Amino acid sequence: MKWLRDNLFAGGVSTLFTVLVLVLFFKLVPPFIDWAFLDAVWKPDSKACRASEGACWGFIAEKHRFILFGTYPYDLHWRPAIATVLLIGLWIFSAIRRFWKSWLTLVWLAGLTVIGILMWGGILGIPYVENERWGGLILTLLLTTFGVAFAFPLSILLALGRRSDMPVIRGLCVGYIELIRGVPLISLLFMASVMLPLFLPHGVTIDKLLRAQIAMIMFAAAYLAEVVRGGLQAIPKGQYDAAHALALPYWRRTYLIILPQALRISVPPLMNTFIAFFKDTSLVLIIGLFDLLSTVKISLNEPAWAGFGVEAYLFASIVYFVFCYSMSRYSRRLEQQR
Amino acid sequence: MIEMIKVSKWFGLFQVLKDIDLAVARGQKVVVCGPSGSGKSTLIRLVNRLEVHQAGRVIVDGVELDDDPKKTDLVRREVGMVFQSFNLFPHLTVLENLTLAPVWVKHVPRKEAEGTAMHFLERVRIPEQAGKYPSQLSGGQQQRVAIARALCMRPKLMLFDEPTSALDPEMIKEVLDVMVELAREGMTMMVVTHEMGFARTVADRVVFMDGGRIVEAAPPADFFSAPKTDRAKLFLSQVLGH
Repeated sequence: MKWLRDNLFAGGVSTLFTVLVLVLFFKLVPPFIDWAFLDAVWKPDSKACRASEGACWGFIAEKHRFILFGTYPYDLHWRPAIATVLLIGLWIFSAIRRFWKSWLTLVWLAGLTVIGILMWGGILGIPYVENERWGGLILTLLLTTFGVAFAFPLSILLALGRRSDMPVIRGLCVGYIELIRGVPLISLLFMASVMLPLFLPHGVTIDKLLRAQIAMIMFAAAYLAEVVRGGLQAIPKGQYDAAHALALPYWRRTYLIILPQALRISVPPLMNTFIAFFKDTSLVLIIGLFDLLSTVKISLNEPAWAGFGVEAYLFASIVYFVFCYSMSRYSRRLEQQR
Repeated sequence: MIEMIKVSKWFGLFQVLKDIDLAVARGQKVVVCGPSGSGKSTLIRLVNRLEVHQAGRVIVDGVELDDDPKKTDLVRREVGMVFQSFNLFPHLTVLENLTLAPVWVKHVPRKEAEGTAMHFLERVRIPEQAGKYPSQLSGGQQQRVAIARALCMRPKLMLFDEPTSALDPEMIKEVLDVMVELAREGMTMMVVTHEMGFARTVADRVVFMDGGRIVEAAPPADFFSAPKTDRAKLFLSQVLGH
């Protein structure tokens, strides 16, 4: 009773809000439960869905393979499925600090090679699948993985360059960061998909997926560079003094003294940018790549299932949320560690 | 060991150092004092080129400091420095702080560097703290680690920039004791400090600065008993008065 009075009914405003929240809760939650569970149709039967008041989970049951794997050949779905699990496994494995050793790079190289073999095939007796047909969750994860893997080191170099004593290097880095930050990601993706081929010599083509990936790396690097720069600026001048006084050369000083401290400070904003980047990969739908969100959109095009967008997007949102929330929790844990 | 000839330095339009002439011979201990803003810290930071002079010459251990980074590097390897705010590396343990520069700059094998580090930690009387992080130590302990860190590079010359100014009174002595011991062993030292007791005990010469100039330079006995300038008299009355 005391807890109730202290926390929920302490004063007029507090009581008002408590009542308001309770009313909203009872107005919204029971209808949602009715819709999502009690009246829901679980069979993949679009006629039954149309007849019912509730959610049509049958749509997800019917289309989940297309949503998760895109246009990848139907009987070969086991390949992207294993690749997805493997990639998520690699991430979880790398999240454990005990394994932050140099051999982890080899684990990643091996893991990515296996994923590449699974996705492309063409050897070991499994049929070849060109990457135009890759899609769904694995595409989202691959774009994120390679995006972060290349953009993060690049961003560190950009941030260091922006603080360099050498005017040319500083100018180039500032120019790059400001230019890329001043342009929406969508326009970068358009440029990569439409304009870039115009400039390439005749006969030379770069794969659409690769072009999108490069555009995303360039974009993410500019944003991450500013986050890293924030961390660098938080390092007290005394740390530089001490490193100079010990005659540590630039790269040693940067690698051993400055970056370990700057990156630790930057963990929360870095993770913020990583999460934003993970969701931004969905913009590739604009140039015709089938990531998780695009496959949801396309599966709604089928006349029989048109109109069940809420269920479809809720499903995609849950998948995105699981990944983003895990990243967020992990970042909280990293901050608390020494 | 250190030779400064007509050295001047400006921060923007403000001249912090004006025509400084100073020579410190091998084995000498020089204490630099003066009111705040008189340029003492800037002066000592010229010696390992943490600050850059704009006129005159600075020669350290036979190497004249100029825009050539190789010469700066050469001097910094021979010159240890201790700062007012310790400036230990917070993400490394005490032992890692001590072995970092010997391993990465002088390419001493790690085992040997750790042996040297433990030797100097014993000298500053805190070998039991080797595995701790700087934030787990008291100010006096941190400053002693900082001294040991500088000594691990086997310097020919040690610079101290107000090493006790950030310390609680009861910790000042433990740091000064280490410095006195170092002086007795013959280390060449240049020390910016207001600890006049220390100056009296170990200094060969006290350099008094005001307004970017060396106003007076004399053995401590003469400086404390018979300061020549009014400025120095006033300063001494303020520092010793309490």
